[in-house]
Amino acid sequence: MIRLDHLNRYFQVGDQQVHALEDVTLTIDSGESVSIMGPSGSGKSTLLNILGLLDTPSSGEYWLDGVNTSGMDNNELATTRQSRIGFIFQSFHLVPRMTAFENVELPMMLAEMDKEQRRERGLQALDRVGLIGRVDHRPDQLSGGERQRVAIARAIVMQPRILLADEPTGNLDTAAGKEIVGIIEELNAQGLTLIVVTHDPKIGERAGRKLRLLDGKIVTNRNSSASLP
Amino acid sequence: MRLNDRNLLAMGALVRYPLRTLMMLTATAMGVAAVVVLTSLGEAARSYVAAEFQSLGTHLVIVIPGRSETSGGGLGMMIGQTPRDLTLADAQALLRSSAVKKIAPMMVGSASVSYDGLERESPILGSTPELLDVRQWSMALGEFLPNVDMERAASVCVIGETVRRELLRDQPPIGKWIRVGDRRCRVTGVLGNAGRSVMVDVDEIVVIPVVSAQALFNSPSLFRILIQAKSREAMATAQRDVRRIIKERHQGEEDVTVITQDAVLATFDGIFSALTYAVGGIGAISLIVAGVLIMNVMLIAVSQRTREIGLLKALGARQRQITALFLTEAVFLAAMGAVVGVALGYLASIGLGLIYTDLEFQPPLWAVGSAVLIALACGVIFGISPARRAAKLDPIKALAGK
Ligand SMILES: Nc1ncnc2c1ncn2[C@@H]1O[C@H](COP(=O)(O)OP(=O)(O)OP(=O)(O)O)[C@@H](O)[C@H]1O
Ligand SMILES: [Mg+2]
Repeated sequence: MIRLDHLNRYFQVGDQQVHALEDVTLTIDSGESVSIMGPSGSGKSTLLNILGLLDTPSSGEYWLDGVNTSGMDNNELATTRQSRIGFIFQSFHLVPRMTAFENVELPMMLAEMDKEQRRERGLQALDRVGLIGRVDHRPDQLSGGERQRVAIARAIVMQPRILLADEPTGNLDTAAGKEIVGIIEELNAQGLTLIVVTHDPKIGERAGRKLRLLDGKIVTNRNSSASLP
Repeated sequence: MRLNDRNLLAMGALVRYPLRTLMMLTATAMGVAAVVVLTSLGEAARSYVAAEFQSLGTHLVIVIPGRSETSGGGLGMMIGQTPRDLTLADAQALLRSSAVKKIAPMMVGSASVSYDGLERESPILGSTPELLDVRQWSMALGEFLPNVDMERAASVCVIGETVRRELLRDQPPIGKWIRVGDRRCRVTGVLGNAGRSVMVDVDEIVVIPVVSAQALFNSPSLFRILIQAKSREAMATAQRDVRRIIKERHQGEEDVTVITQDAVLATFDGIFSALTYAVGGIGAISLIVAGVLIMNVMLIAVSQRTREIGLLKALGARQRQITALFLTEAVFLAAMGAVVGVALGYLASIGLGLIYTDLEFQPPLWAVGSAVLIALACGVIFGISPARRAAKLDPIKALAGK
């Protein structure tokens, strides 16, 4: 489903060139659960942003569902993000003036879905993350864990194939973090491809496949099964 | 995004930042209100002057001593010099023209008027019985100057309402002998409620026969000769004839200015229309200032909501959708400002109407319409650049709030 081919990403900072990703070649199949770990500045977020089509590689190719994404224009990238990719961020990124439901409704509004369908799907998504009782709460009336659950509902409401999470538990305490991990693992169990950037080895180790980045290069790429005794 | 949803989102944002919304709303509303009030002021002044000239009389041709430099009309004619007197004989000669129906010579001065120990200073108008008709005045009581010959000084006078009230109190005015300057005259009538009139306040004046006025002011020279032409069409002929006759009588010199009411009216109309446009323009400039404010505040809004824009992009919003969203906000603000401004403008006009009861404040529709249109245009024009900026933001940087 995802294929990265000799992918590079450079950043020009002054007259210095930062090599954030170096010659990354990688294949991820549908339904996999992948964790990306590595020290700070190793390129984890950069890789995730490219996978989420928020950023484009400096060289190399990114094939998504058999399509070369480098040929896509801005609108195609937006549409692909909308229909195939869900994001979860460390800082939730909920719109503060909107209720939980309205936040979940946002991507469906952008997709011009009609009101009844939005209602049905939105409530269903909130139900899946266990927030059916918090539909009309604003973010400031929710706990951190609940906010992240709203964000997950928003990420899955368009029924994407891929869920990208950049340190989804980074702003949460252990208990809330566990809950979130539970929810996304369950989503993965239902067939959603999961790619999680994390600093927490306990979370990273649970993934089916573990990637380790160092200075923009993939240094480890192993399946859990291989590491099992 | 559907229009409805977009409006909903835009409204949500406006409600969420009430201070910002209120600020921009006020700016736009002030601009629109300024246009509405200023133009209604201009219009009120214009229609006031127009009405004044209507009350001057019908088919009126006015002869003024002295030749103005601009012969075709315009304000220059008001300030001509007086090289040769305009006399009663001149006035009488004008009746030779077949286009002239009636003439009324006019002398103007000021004298003290007294009765039974009460005294006041009044404008004195010397004229003939025809004046009543030519100026289309009416009588409240009694009759106008009795039908005396133009050349005879009769000891009669007609007084305005204020003069009656102040001098005669509640005595019956007709037949009373009052003193005008150094001579006595019998009151034959009280002028009707014609109210103001362009040249004089009818309520304040005392009218005496023109010859009496000449004696009173010790001068043969007339202030004006008012002429009523036979018809509207005859006005041009009358004007020509008057010039010719006066020229004959004044040794071949055309030393008078002959104007028609229409020409004066047209001049004033032009002046006041220009004035209305000018003040309307000033109001419009304040609207553009409001537009610049909208732009600045929208730019601030974009930078305040950078993360939200980044999020929208991550959720699959296209550039066009984001542009539309922010543009909708700007236009909403402008539209609400326009509505409030129009309401304020009308309220202020009504208020002005209560204060200046003589004027009629009716905001001209063209001005209201263009103020609203300019406000909306400002919303679009000044909203587009912040909206574009929002749409062009890099999603990753925007999400990071940079
Ligand atoms: N927009 C940018 N401009 C310049 N350099 C950048 C930019 N984005 C990332 N980098 C650089 O690229 C490298 C990789 O950054 P990235 O954010 O991917 O690291 P990371 O692995 O996510 O780190 P962290 O664990 O701290 O989030 C870093 O050296 C960073 O400074
Ligand atoms: Mg990172």
